[in-house]
Amino acid sequence: MAVLDILKLPDPRLKQVSELVAGFDETLRAFIDDLEDTRRAGPAAVGIAAPQVGVFRRIVILDCSQTRKLVPNHGHLVLVNPEITYWEGYEPGREGCLSVPDYTGNVIRATHIHLVAHDPYGELLEFDMKGFEARAAQHEIDHLDGLLFIDRVVSRRTDLFRRKVYRKDRRN
Amino acid sequence: MKDRWWMITLIGRDAPGIVAALTCALADGGCNLGETSMLRLGGNFTVMMMVSGAVDESALRALFDPVVCERGLCLHIDPIEADLHEHLIPNLQVTVSGADRAGIVAQVTGALADGGFNILDLESDVAGTPDAPVYILQISGVSNEPVDTVERRLIPLRTEGISLNVTLVETYIG
Repeated sequence: MAVLDILKLPDPRLKQVSELVAGFDETLRAFIDDLEDTRRAGPAAVGIAAPQVGVFRRIVILDCSQTRKLVPNHGHLVLVNPEITYWEGYEPGREGCLSVPDYTGNVIRATHIHLVAHDPYGELLEFDMKGFEARAAQHEIDHLDGLLFIDRVVSRRTDLFRRKVYRKDRRN
Repeated sequence: MKDRWWMITLIGRDAPGIVAALTCALADGGCNLGETSMLRLGGNFTVMMMVSGAVDESALRALFDPVVCERGLCLHIDPIEADLHEHLIPNLQVTVSGADRAGIVAQVTGALADGGFNILDLESDVAGTPDAPVYILQISGVSNEPVDTVERRLIPLRTEGISLNVTLVETYIG
């Protein structure tokens, strides 16, 4: 168990695309424990992705059960090789990042998603997520694709008038 | 001379190239930019920028002078403390929209100030048409009061034709 160093902007490694996890073994689970320790050590961190600690594997952790106002959530989740297979709707919301200290901004995300992943033992997981939890998953999966929320920030002025131009980069 | 921080305010008729001309003048003069706000309000382009450099006010004015004269800009300069790296995170957003009428911003922000609401960002636009203007106001800030208390403060302003919403800003950190 250890708190790992967080890569911070402008570290170019944050732009690296992470690889699929192939082996669901003790090494993987030990790393996930360290990643969770690191998430808990981060100020107010709801989620974390492996590449934020310099491990370029498709692993994220999120826990939306501790928000000030209760939001729909599936509790503490460790998602290995997560993939969003469906998304719908869009709305702006405020985001920050352990890798981008002292900055928050508005990002437009899908409001409803269907997500498939594996747990740390290789079992298949499926979730329908909405709202804040869907935002969390999209933010973390972006990290796996080398994207930061600042790549998607819009001004409130922009989102009033230009919402319709939003596209999800990964699928294009 | 030590580096000092200045707040530069510039306004003028909007035209392409204002930002490039101003920032080139600064860079050529060895100054650096901090945080800035640059946007079009109506047909005017407005610039507020934090600038640091080993310069006094007259040297700064001299840097801007060619651009200010050429483009007919108004320039204002104040010494400031930078206070960078101390961003506050908003926890509440207030949006107001409706038929344009005098005093709506004063009433909304007055009610918010009564509750100690700290405005971090306020943007307002006049949309609609010249015959039927619509005012759109968005405020984000830090409130020590819960959403329903802030809503109660604003309820008296929710008159016919005015839509007023208070929403919690839950910032995702990941």
